[in-house]
Formats: sequence, C-alpha cells, structure tokens
Amino acid sequence: MNAAPSALQNKTSVISLGASDLDRGVESSGAPLVRLQWQPVGDGSPEVAWSLAQLVGDTTDADCLGSRIDRANAEVLERILTAQPVWVDIAAHASEVWPDMGRTLLHAGPPIAWNDMCGPMKGAVVGAILYENWATSPREAEQLAASGGIRFAPCHEFGAVGPMTGIISPSMPLFVVQNETSGNRAYAPMMESGGAKTLRFGAFAPEVIEGLKLIETVLAPCLKAAVAGIDGGLPLKPLMSQSLHMGDDVHNRNTAATLLLYRAVTESLLKSSISRDLVHETLRTIGADDMFFLSLSMAACKATMDAAHGVPFSSIVTAMARNGVNVGIRVSGLDGQWFVGPADIPVGLFLPGFSEADANPDIGDSAITETAGLGAFAMAAAPAMVQFVGGTPQDALRYSREMAHVTIGRNPGFTLPMLDFIGAPVGIDVRKVVDESMRPVINTATAHKEPGMGIIGAGVVQAPMKCFVDAVGVLAAIGAR
Amino acid sequence: MAIQSSIKANLYKDSVSLMRISQVTVARTGVQRVTLLMGTRSNKEFLQQAGLMSPALESAKPGDIMIVVADDAPEKLAAAEQEIHSLIVGEEPKGGSAEAAADAPPRSISRGVAIADHADLAMISVPGPYAAAEALKALRRGLNVLLFSDNVPIEQEQAIKRVAAQKGLLLMGPDCGTAIINGVPLGFANVVRRGAIGLVGASGTGLQEVMCQIHRHGLGISQAIGTGSHDVSSEVGGITMLQGLDLLAADPQTKVVAIVSKPPARDVQRRVIERAGAIGKPVVICFLGGEPAASAGDVHRTSSLEETARQAVALAGARQPVSDEQSIGALVTRVCASLVPSQRYLRGLYSGGTFCSEAQTIWRAAGFRVRSNAPLADADRLADVEASQGHTAIDLGSDEFTVGRPHPMIDHGVRIERLLKEADDPTVACIVLDVVLGYGSHPNPAEILAPAIRRAKAAVRGQGRELPVICFVCGTDADPQSFETQKAMLADAGAELVGSSTGAARSAQAIASRMEADDNATGRRVMLGGER
Repeated sequence: MNAAPSALQNKTSVISLGASDLDRGVESSGAPLVRLQWQPVGDGSPEVAWSLAQLVGDTTDADCLGSRIDRANAEVLERILTAQPVWVDIAAHASEVWPDMGRTLLHAGPPIAWNDMCGPMKGAVVGAILYENWATSPREAEQLAASGGIRFAPCHEFGAVGPMTGIISPSMPLFVVQNETSGNRAYAPMMESGGAKTLRFGAFAPEVIEGLKLIETVLAPCLKAAVAGIDGGLPLKPLMSQSLHMGDDVHNRNTAATLLLYRAVTESLLKSSISRDLVHETLRTIGADDMFFLSLSMAACKATMDAAHGVPFSSIVTAMARNGVNVGIRVSGLDGQWFVGPADIPVGLFLPGFSEADANPDIGDSAITETAGLGAFAMAAAPAMVQFVGGTPQDALRYSREMAHVTIGRNPGFTLPMLDFIGAPVGIDVRKVVDESMRPVINTATAHKEPGMGIIGAGVVQAPMKCFVDAVGVLAAIGAR
Repeated sequence: MAIQSSIKANLYKDSVSLMRISQVTVARTGVQRVTLLMGTRSNKEFLQQAGLMSPALESAKPGDIMIVVADDAPEKLAAAEQEIHSLIVGEEPKGGSAEAAADAPPRSISRGVAIADHADLAMISVPGPYAAAEALKALRRGLNVLLFSDNVPIEQEQAIKRVAAQKGLLLMGPDCGTAIINGVPLGFANVVRRGAIGLVGASGTGLQEVMCQIHRHGLGISQAIGTGSHDVSSEVGGITMLQGLDLLAADPQTKVVAIVSKPPARDVQRRVIERAGAIGKPVVICFLGGEPAASAGDVHRTSSLEETARQAVALAGARQPVSDEQSIGALVTRVCASLVPSQRYLRGLYSGGTFCSEAQTIWRAAGFRVRSNAPLADADRLADVEASQGHTAIDLGSDEFTVGRPHPMIDHGVRIERLLKEADDPTVACIVLDVVLGYGSHPNPAEILAPAIRRAKAAVRGQGRELPVICFVCGTDADPQSFETQKAMLADAGAELVGSSTGAARSAQAIASRMEADDNATGRRVMLGGER
C-alpha cells in the first residue's frame, strides 16, 4: 500500500453531499464547492445503492466490472451511431418472414398471457383472429384465445415492433427495414387509417377487418412496388434527421416525416405500372394520416437497436416496450431477459369527453423511438409536442437536456436546432437511470381502456424505475460471480 | 497547397450543418479551406473539378461525409480535421450558459464531477446505509473522500478502504468529523493558520483541540487528516492512518507530524509506531487512554492533548510554551474554599468524545474510579446513562444521546438539562463543560450555555452551596464564533475558564483530590455510596 502523494497535491475542490452545515468551512475558504441535491438512488434501497456503486467505471482499473461495462457500452454506442436503416421492402405477409409462425400472434411489450392482457390488447387479439378466419365470431375468437390455441409472443423477440397493441398476425403485410451497416432487418405493421376504429386500439368491428384487408390487398402491394422503384431503398436516417428539423419527434409527431415519405413514394408510384386508382388510394391513405410514418420510424429504430443488442456486459437499454399492463426493457448485455415493471397512465391531454379514468396504462412498442434517442429524447426538435402536457417550448428543451443525464452519448445524425444543433441524447444506461433516479420519458398516445374506443389523448409517460433497478441488480450479480 | 481527406462513415448531415461546421473550423483553427460534402456522385464530381478529389474519397457512399482540409501549412491539417470530427459529434452546451443554469441541481456524484471545477474530494454525510456506495462512486472517479457518515456496514467499509488504498486515494472515515486538507476546513473544523505541523487523527475533537492549541502557540497546520474512529480497529487495520503518515512524510510543507487517536488495536498500534519511526520526520504520538509509553528516536509519545500540541510545537522549533500549572493551582485553591465537604465528585458533560476519554484518563491516573457511557474499561460502564454515579464523564455525542437529535456541538439542549440535573446533586464538586467552536458547531454556544450556567449556579446557591463550572473553549481567534467574546460571556456567567481540555480535566481532578485530602485530614470522612 503505497499512498500516492497526489492525494494532497491538487487544489482542493469539493463535492458535498448530505448535511449542508458540514461544508460551511469549504464555502468560507473559497475553495470550489459543488453541493449535490442528494437523494437515495433508484428505489431508495441501500442494497441497490451498493450494487450500483459496483458498476462504476474506473479509468485506472480496466478490469473492474464498471470499466468492462463502459467498454461494452462504447461498442454499443458505436453500433447505434453507425446504423443505417433503409426501407428496402414490404413483406406481403408476416408468414413470409417467419414461415413457422403458425397460429402465433405477436403483441406489443414484454411477454403476457391472454388472461392478463388489457382490454385493448384482448380486442386486438379478437380482431386478428377474425381477420385470419381462425374464428367466425368475436365470442369464438375469445374462446380460442383462452383455450391456449393461440401462441402469444412479443414482437420484439421476432425483430419486430408494433404500435399500441402491436398485434401482428401471419397475414399482415409488414414494412421491412434493413440496417445496412450490420445487415439485420426489422419489421413493423402498417398504420391503419380510421382513427378510433383500428385494430391497434383494440377494435374488431367488421369495418376494422375490412381496413386490414385493404392494407393487405391494396396498400401493401403498391408500397412494395414503390419501394422497389427507389434504387437501393429509402434511407430513413436522413429522412428522420430532416424531420427533426421540421418539428417532428418521429414518435408522436410524424407530420413532416410522413410528407417526406409521401414525396418519396409519389414519384416512384407514378413511374410504376400501378393503376392510377390504386396510386390515388395509396397516396390518399398516406396523406390522410400524419402518423403514417411512425411504422417506418419504429422499424428504423428497431433495426438500429437490435444491432446494438447482445454485447456482453453492456448496460445500455435496447428496447423499452409496453403491453398495456407492464413496461419491459431489454438490456444489451443481458440477452434473453425482460426487466418488467407496472405501466403508468400517461399524463397529458384528453380528447373531449374523456378523462384519466378512461385511460389504459401505457401501451405499445413505439417507445423503441425513445430507446434509440428520438421521441421524447428529441423533444427539443418538436416544441409542438409539449402542448400535450401543457408545457412551453422551454419544457421541450428541458426533456432533451434531462435525458442527456441518463444516456451515454449523442447522435450527431439527429441534431436539435434549438439546442445549438447538438445531437439528441442516445444510449440509455440503466446505471445512470438509477443513479440519477431519473426515469426515461416517453411521448405517447393514450388508449381507451375498453377495446376499440381508440385514442383518447396523448401525453408523456415514464418507464418504471423497477425495470432499471432490477437490471442493475443482475449486472452487479455478474460482478459477484 | 497540402490537402488531407477522410471519410466520416454512416452519418448524414444536411448541407447547412456541414457548411456551418466548415465555417467554425476555419474560424477556430485558421485552416485555409474546409470542404464537407456527403459522398454522392455529384459531390464527387464537384470535388474532381475543384481539384480536391483524392483516392481516399473514392469509396465514400452517399451516407458518408467526405472531409477535405487544405492549407499551405501541412501542420495545420491534423488539428483542423480533429476539430471537424468533434464538431460533427457535437458539443455540450457551455457550462454557465442559460441552458446549463436552467438544469436542475445535480444529484449524483457523476454529474457533480461533470460540472465541478476539477473536483478532487467528496465530502459525504448521507445516511450510513447509503454512504459506502457514494464513497465507492467517488473513489472510482478519482476523488478523495471524507466520509462523515457513521453506521457503515463493516464489510462495505473494508471494501472501500481497499479501493482507496489501491488507487492511492485518501478515504477519511467512516465517522470522520474533521479534517483540513490544503487549508480547506472540512466538517467540524476550526480556522487555523497554515504551517509546518501535519496531523493524523482517529478522534475528531482531539484533532480540533490540538490544532487550536498549535494555532494559539503561534504555529500552524499543514494538513489535518481524519481517519474515522474505526480505522484503527484490527478489522480495518489502520489503513488510513498509515496512508496519512505516508502522505505527510511526502508532503514538503510538513516538518513535524502528530498523531491523535484512541489506542489502536495491538497489531495496528505496532504498525503505526513502526511506520512513524521510518518516515524521516519527528512524530508525536498520543494514544489517548492507552498505556504510557516511552519515546524512542524520532517518535515522541505523549499522554494528553495539551502535551501533544506542546511537543509538536517544540519539535517545530518554537519556544516551549509556558506551563499553566500555576494558574491551575490558584483556581483549585479558590474553588475549594467555596465547597462544602459533601462535594466530592466530578461530572464531565462533554460534547467531544475525545475530551471525555482524556478526562477519564487523567482522573483515573489520580486514582479515581470514573464511570462513563463511553468508559475506558468496560467495568466502569454506567448502568444508566441518565444517572451519574461517583466521578462520571459523559460523552453526550454518542449514539444513545444523538439518535433523532442533533449533535450536542450543534444543539446544547440535552447538555443543559443534564447540567441542571447534576447541579441538584449535593455530592457534586464541580462540572466540566467543553465548548467547541469552528465550522459545523453552534454559531453562538455561549449565548445558550451562559444563562444555563447562571441558572445552575443560582439554584445550587439557593441550597447553600457553590457549584464550580469549569469550561474550556476549543477554538481560535479566527473561528467564525469570535473566541474572545465566547470566553467573556462564559466567564461573565461565573464559569471558570481554563485554556485547554487537559487543563480543565486536571483542574477538576485537583479539586476532587483536594476535597478528598481535606476530608481525610480532618477525619470527617463520610461514607458516600462506598466510592473512594
């Protein structure tokens, strides 16, 4: 034990945490002093605090667990930043992508059994069963779901993401996005037009099934032709980057991105051999829905984050997803595990006639956008979004600034004009979430808790601390082994 | 003109962003020409025409940024390219800007470090169960630590001490109340001049008293390193005390070292003495309450705080200060003349734990049995901490008095209650009070204590006795509480002021010895509770 004299050689500059009376001497001496607003970390338990401390990196100790995590995270960040998601194709049916799918329904969020599903998700399951002709009536469909005749699995475990209930059934067409850097693909279903009466909000009325059929028979083939006509596919990162500069967060506001997509497919459709009527129908569908781009935004983020998943020791979140009951996160270095906590009700505005009492807890895979550093993390780019939470443009900036405290880097590909064009914060580190006791913010639509009632509002919600605390515990256990 | 080209792969930026980066790079580095373009075919043609195309850029894809810097001076190119890369990644908003100011105050050490001016020490006083975690985070980030918190689980204490030792960082504590590092007072600390004497101590108020006395003798302190009370146990092994010795050995400002501690565990004691003898500087060691030991070589053993300060001052080359034996003698004679024979026993009501130990040491050395809530020998533990028994020294800063209440250096309430209770006891010969000044302590203790002393004395007078209250003030003329005013207020209330903790304990002991001797001499021995 040889004490380096350096302990006394630097100018004393103090960080003080705890009782402020004790740093009066420092203050009076004129030495630099930063006083922390200390609070117990995470869920407030001393055990978590001690686990977390084991995960801190150390520039002079490359072998300690925290330094290994830091290195793994640098790799993960590199993979996120260099991802090149490109819209390359439309899969005519999900069963083309996963030939062994059988009677599987993919759903949003972490794993959940039929009995535990929230109202909208049950409704969407019924709708998907009817759409697939596995049953002839809603009642029969419910019985089938309850009988165990359907296999349920998270979209995320199939390289896919679905908005709201996120149900993907074998016949549904999917956007196909390829990450050109790493070669992996991600999939997302197409946004249905029709407002409240959509499967993603749990509706299963005949017109909803009709709408799905229309997507399958008209929209999908047309978009497949459109993307085929774009040489090398449509690079999504530049498009999303540009949308941020046009006021989108590419999660809850996709107005600009949808227009840019519209522009890209219009030319391609017009030079294709598709009939004028179908081109019109396709463009009408895209043009009618400001959120149409969301599927591509989500698939682009999923293609990015899947490439970053599976780096041993990494503490970076690669998915945040909600099934309407629970929020689950996946962590790059902890493959094969979901860390789950109860979903909150979003805070925000409600459409006339609805209130918080009608709201379903947070639901959907669309928080993949926040996971990839967009959505609420890029809120500074989309000041219009904060109106949902009664905020000012300053609050929008605050969201983006605060989320920088729980992330390990910034994405120079997604810059925020209002913050001097700095990159949006990216790479949620479970360690930082717990250390700062700051839960990641998610922009979201609010679903009615009854099936098929549709969107009743929009606002923000935060992922539960428990997910991150549990992940920290598992990471610390690696060190203890 | 020298040209350098490179590619930033897989990153789209619009032309406005790229032009801005070019412009800023030119402004900051003075490089003559910066061209940034996405790697499209038409952009490559443009470079070709401009004579800026190079083989390195052939492979650029439309999603890559092509970077070309040009200057007559080739040495400028690398710096320019570096600037471009950092601008592409983006810069954090400047500290002190409106953006940063609008942020919530930092809660974590990592954010504290990010905004601090080269932080190098964390002062941690969060609740014990969380304290080691915060200390470990600070150590991992290269900070020295003063850990004020107590009740840290022993295995966590051992773990953080190991990491600190590995990294050569100083970990003062757990349960470290005071330190002065590079002239910066931390925790409970007095304002003393800087000088040539370095202190290491496991006992907070002991360090404070010694540094105050050194200051009053006209000398100063280089560093005062607190170790925390558990450091010298065999479980921890004196890691910080040994490290502190090494630091002071290497510190060019430090000419003399003094150690103040309760007696360390046997093996730790041996190692400390060994190391002290090997650092090449004179070391004064006071293991308060331990067996008296002989000095050897450059290691000088002392048995009281006062002696420790005097020895250190002498070794630092100052004239040996004049002894206050005479004034103590006068005080004892005057006080004893006012007492009645039943007044036999001493009551020390201390806010400083070290003072309580020192008093017990001195009183025991005179042959008295001394009860305490923090006894030197377990047999002398008070059965009921609320009830004194014979000669008693109480540490009012220990757990049984401070759970859910501020420390008695901050809140004198419990001490005043106890003072009034002791005054009511006709066998009490005198009461000793410490008054600790400095940062962290009560801003005006005499204002609270003086009326209480008056009240106690008046109450006793009403019963036909006198109650001597001996006070000493642990402080300096530079402390925020005005040393002289505090003393004057106490004296005005009738307190007997003595210059040091040691002097106060000796005075009290001399009073008790005198009362006992008088009693024996006149043959009026009264058996009181079987105490001697």
